[in-house]
Amino acid sequence: MSVIDSPQDIAREVETPPGLLRRLVRQRQAKIGIALTGVVVLLAVLGPLLLPWATGYTSTQFAGRPFQADGLFGTDNLGRDVLSRFLDGGLRLLIYAALATLLGMVLGGLTGMVAAYQGGWVDSIIMRANDVMLALPQLVFALLAITVLGPQGWVLVVVIGITHAPRIARVTRSATVEVITEDFIRAAEMYAVPKWKILVKDVLPNITGPLMVELGLRMTYSIGAVASLSFLGLGMQPPTADWGLMINENRIALVVQPWGVILPVLAIAVLTVGTNLITDSLARASANVNVGATK
Amino acid sequence: MPIILRRLATSVLILLAVSVMVFVATLLLPGDPAQAILGQQATPERLAALREQMNLNDPVLQRYFSWLGGLFVGDLGISAASGGPVSALLGERIGASLVLLVAASLISLPVGFLVGTYSALRRGRTGDHVTTGVSLVLAALPEFVIGIALITLFSTTVFPILPSVTMAPPGEAVWNYPLQLVLPTLTLVLVVTPYITRMMRATMLEVLDSGYVEMARLKGVPERQVILRHALPHALSPVAQVVAIQLAWMAGGVVVVEFLFRYPGIGQALVDAVANRDVQVVQALSILIAAVYIIVNLLADMVGILTNPKLRTGGTR
Repeated sequence: MSVIDSPQDIAREVETPPGLLRRLVRQRQAKIGIALTGVVVLLAVLGPLLLPWATGYTSTQFAGRPFQADGLFGTDNLGRDVLSRFLDGGLRLLIYAALATLLGMVLGGLTGMVAAYQGGWVDSIIMRANDVMLALPQLVFALLAITVLGPQGWVLVVVIGITHAPRIARVTRSATVEVITEDFIRAAEMYAVPKWKILVKDVLPNITGPLMVELGLRMTYSIGAVASLSFLGLGMQPPTADWGLMINENRIALVVQPWGVILPVLAIAVLTVGTNLITDSLARASANVNVGATK
Repeated sequence: MPIILRRLATSVLILLAVSVMVFVATLLLPGDPAQAILGQQATPERLAALREQMNLNDPVLQRYFSWLGGLFVGDLGISAASGGPVSALLGERIGASLVLLVAASLISLPVGFLVGTYSALRRGRTGDHVTTGVSLVLAALPEFVIGIALITLFSTTVFPILPSVTMAPPGEAVWNYPLQLVLPTLTLVLVVTPYITRMMRATMLEVLDSGYVEMARLKGVPERQVILRHALPHALSPVAQVVAIQLAWMAGGVVVVEFLFRYPGIGQALVDAVANRDVQVVQALSILIAAVYIIVNLLADMVGILTNPKLRTGGTR
């Protein structure tokens, strides 16, 4: 037996704190959130493939009499099978919400980091522009854009992404401000590393915690926003199968044929609760290194 | 107090910037408003006359300022969908929406404060876990999901006791039918309260851990007084910010709720206007909602400044 410990032994003794994701999945709340989100995402992704199994109708096909009890969950306002419409109606919502979130993260993350790192007038201009954007509620901003550009898919994605950006920029900026006073940034500057490289290689890895929390939060809001706009009749347009639009179309018959409303409402509810549980656990994991260890 | 004046000036500037943004949006619209009002069959002469009447031939800058000036005297332009003045269309609706917003605030604020404080005082125990869990779930749900859940519970299937749509005869005030106000108000309350509760809990926990609360307890001050006199006032200032964000947010969230319950307020009018591409109405409502948003935030900052002695003097910043 040697007296000197091997490097592996030392590494085993000096416990490195587990990574953000490890800390996340340790929490029971996060597990529930991942399960809920997973179920709905699976349903939305596999749903279109299961259509033939459900009834054989395509989602846009006019089939029979409205609001009847035909099939597993009855028919909708135009006599189409509710189950088919439901299986077909989730994927687009998910994709639009994800794209909008991504756009918001890129725009907000970039402007926030640049504002914090550049400081001075660049910072002032970016943050004042943010204040102006924040003065309009997200939904009102979206409605204004839809009035001008019409209710189209890309308009939804772009406008929701843009309205997320100032909110994300604020968080990114305050996280970046804390990092850029660190010595390793000054060291990088002294080696004349280009600014964009400092931002990407030195700043970004150190603000992933707050950024991940924002990602979760904005994803929850994006799902709500896309679904709400479709519900208002100003998002996806008929005859598209979409959960938000389905609720709008079928709510007049809530008493006779509740499934056309209840299925999509349940799916959206489970999805947003799931993403919110994950986000809350993420916030805990990024704030506290020891989270989940005792639970 | 220079800091308050500076804050006020910022608000005015932001509102002006929003007005520019809203105005520019209409310039991007294909076609022109006169065409939209008169429709495709309009004769060139009538179009030209209306354009002249609406000052569409003036330079853009001049049109912006006359539109802005009109906002101050209540002249909001002419609705493309109805052909009548926008102000007449919105007059009653603003009152109806205010009823909803005020009722929801009056309920959600005290409830949020109480539940948040209760949760903080029972930290780590069952009561805390339950309220935290419930508010986490409620905070995730979009407005229309909560609204439809309430309709399903209270007006169609389980307990059919409350009306699910607002049906006041035109010209009559919504508050003459209090039963119809219950579900829309309750929806807004359930949407907003979780945020207030969570913030109240977080702030209260921070305050309860502070030195002055410990000091008061060590002095032997009764627990009741520790909470009411020492802890609560310190928790209110940060919470005012969140409350403002939530109240201001309601100005936007009311859109979906009004649409769901067919409530005759500005939100419903906004959705109709967007569907009809009635630009003048959308413009007027966007500015109105932005103004509410900005004013509420301004008030919250004022509360923050006035309750924080370090900011009150405005010495350093």
